[in-house]
Amino acid sequence: MSIAAETKAQVAEIGDKYKYGFVTDIEMEMAPRGLSEGTVRYISAKKGEPEWMLEWRLAAFKRWGAMKEPNWARVHYPRIDYQNSYYYAAPKNTPLKQSLDEVDPKLLETYKKLGIPLQEQMALAGVAVDAVFDSVSVATTFKAKLNEAGVIFCPISEAIRDYPDLVKKYLGTVVPVTDNFFATLNSAVFSDGTFVYVPKGVRCPMELSTYFRINASETGQFERTLIVADEGSYVSYLEGCTAPKRDENQLHAAVVELVALDNAEIKYSTVQNWYPGDENGLGGIFNFVTKRGDCRGKKSKISWTQVETGSAITWKYPSCILRGDESVGEFYSIAIANNYQQADTGTKMIHLGANTRSRIISKGISAGKAQNTYRGLVSIYGKAKNARNYTQCDSLLIGGDCGAHTVPYIESRNPTARIEHEATTSKIAEDQLFYCLARGIPQDEAVSLIVNGFCKEVLQQLPMEFAVEAQKLVGISLEGSVG
Amino acid sequence: MLEIKNLHVSVGDKEILKGLNLSIKAGEVHAIMGPNGSGKSTLSYVLAGRAGYDITEGLITYNGEDLAALAPEVRAAKGVFLAMQYPVEIPGVTTMMFLKTALNSQRRARGESDLDAVAVLKLVRAKAKTLNVSEEMLKRALNVGFSGGEKKRLEILQMALFEPKLAVLDETDSGLDIDALKLVAEGVNTLRASSRAMLVITHYQRLLDYIVPDRIHVLARGKIVAEGGKELALELEAKGYEHILKEPA
Repeated sequence: MSIAAETKAQVAEIGDKYKYGFVTDIEMEMAPRGLSEGTVRYISAKKGEPEWMLEWRLAAFKRWGAMKEPNWARVHYPRIDYQNSYYYAAPKNTPLKQSLDEVDPKLLETYKKLGIPLQEQMALAGVAVDAVFDSVSVATTFKAKLNEAGVIFCPISEAIRDYPDLVKKYLGTVVPVTDNFFATLNSAVFSDGTFVYVPKGVRCPMELSTYFRINASETGQFERTLIVADEGSYVSYLEGCTAPKRDENQLHAAVVELVALDNAEIKYSTVQNWYPGDENGLGGIFNFVTKRGDCRGKKSKISWTQVETGSAITWKYPSCILRGDESVGEFYSIAIANNYQQADTGTKMIHLGANTRSRIISKGISAGKAQNTYRGLVSIYGKAKNARNYTQCDSLLIGGDCGAHTVPYIESRNPTARIEHEATTSKIAEDQLFYCLARGIPQDEAVSLIVNGFCKEVLQQLPMEFAVEAQKLVGISLEGSVG
Repeated sequence: MLEIKNLHVSVGDKEILKGLNLSIKAGEVHAIMGPNGSGKSTLSYVLAGRAGYDITEGLITYNGEDLAALAPEVRAAKGVFLAMQYPVEIPGVTTMMFLKTALNSQRRARGESDLDAVAVLKLVRAKAKTLNVSEEMLKRALNVGFSGGEKKRLEILQMALFEPKLAVLDETDSGLDIDALKLVAEGVNTLRASSRAMLVITHYQRLLDYIVPDRIHVLARGKIVAEGGKELALELEAKGYEHILKEPA
């Protein structure tokens, strides 16, 4: 092979590592560039929203104007020019409500390519999907089947129109409009996301999932998701995310709120694979996300599981407010940062009720020149008698140019609390790699095997349908990280 | 099968092997004995292809190929196996998972199809029985919390599973009590075959009571200083290494 051809092949190979980097060529309708009160009104009008929702957005927008972007996270990025991007992008001719056979074939093709066929007969058995494309939900599967069980599973724009009382009752009650810079921005300009309501005593008969796709360039995505599990109900929900390869940075600022009432359980899993940028740190998504669950009822439980392999920057702390007595919060996390990726992620466990329990298992993997920070808060309030927390933070370093940081905050105002914190930092040892090589396992596969072993406790928490995919993703994200 | 000529190997700036010659034919079992620091483990690592062990002079020919030109995982697929003195732990990866990954990696490199989980399980179970490797051990993370004997038995199990053409056993007897030693030796003996060459590296003569070699080489100061039949081991045991080292090589 000539040197030129060889270089070409190598470049192609590198490009293939992020296999979701394609762009769908589809005619889009965009809001005018920039952010103003007009933009907020435009989005609200496009969604056909009632007046109360518009008022809510406008109040948030006003508030946002007086806020400052936070800078306490261990991440570095150029100033974001909020006036230089689009806040709404939707494929043209997306009707407000549509059946699956009305969906643009180009969109169906896109999701098929992403491995998420939307036609129900082709779909993964037992998994219902809401497909969000830039600023709108383009399809939601198995809605009818879920309806039979009384479960509401629909785009949040639809819920605002069809179930205003439920939305009004819960929206912004876990993450207030004023919570933080990015959450407030989201409250003003949120576009689409998923609404789930599981009625009393119902065990949701399927896995629910949302697949977020950013396609349009120079556009931010502002996902808003709200999940309410009424007394004694159970739901498992998973979100996946991908975006095209671009040299620009795009902002994804989501807000996710979970509410679990008495004896209810919500299991929320994320496989985040936004475009991470190239080997030199060019491009990639800024993933600035506020996710919080409220264990509002007695003996309720919220469990977060996340596999974060994508994004140029991840700023994300899925948290639990343990308000109900005997409620349980869990956080299982794998954060992989390779090349120039930066991750600052962790959780907050706020113990308010008596006998509340929380468990944090965090696995951070750093390679290349990446920086990976675990930042977590365990806070025991005065009334949280016998609260218990167990935290385990393990970091794995691959190569000598990356960094791992652990920043745990622990506060206890009750002497009966029991808090445990364990942390380890290790490297993939040369002798582990050699052992694998000597048994015939090629280098990339050996790294994948060792890292998957390191993450096993967290991978086991994922719904079975997605665990295998996640394992593969862990391997692919680190390909070529050992030279 | 294996032909080593005038092999010089350095680790960093330090030359460890200084002109080693060795030749092993298929079907033969050779032993390398030598005092600590003579270069025994270096030889085993060079054969397996460990990074950092640089060949500065000489040639290793394996079945007519220049062994040094092959990556370690390619050597494994072509039938080179090293039973290690210190098998490493890999947390979170079950022993069974590791065996399956290794076996299928080797098969893929040879252009053979993958074996599915059931087929691998059957194969492993059959070999595990004779080596007294329990089902429970196969479910545990690789070598994590294994006793010395369990680790060594697992090495021999892998040798049985991969069916190598050239097996190098580096201090397989170290850390074993006599019962464990017998078990491991039995495992090795059942793998003796006319198509297979073995190189048994050991500090003590004890192992060679159970794995009887065709030929013994004494390695000292980076070179083979004495050679002979199995009786050489007894002589070493009686007189010690010092005696041989004093004689001109």
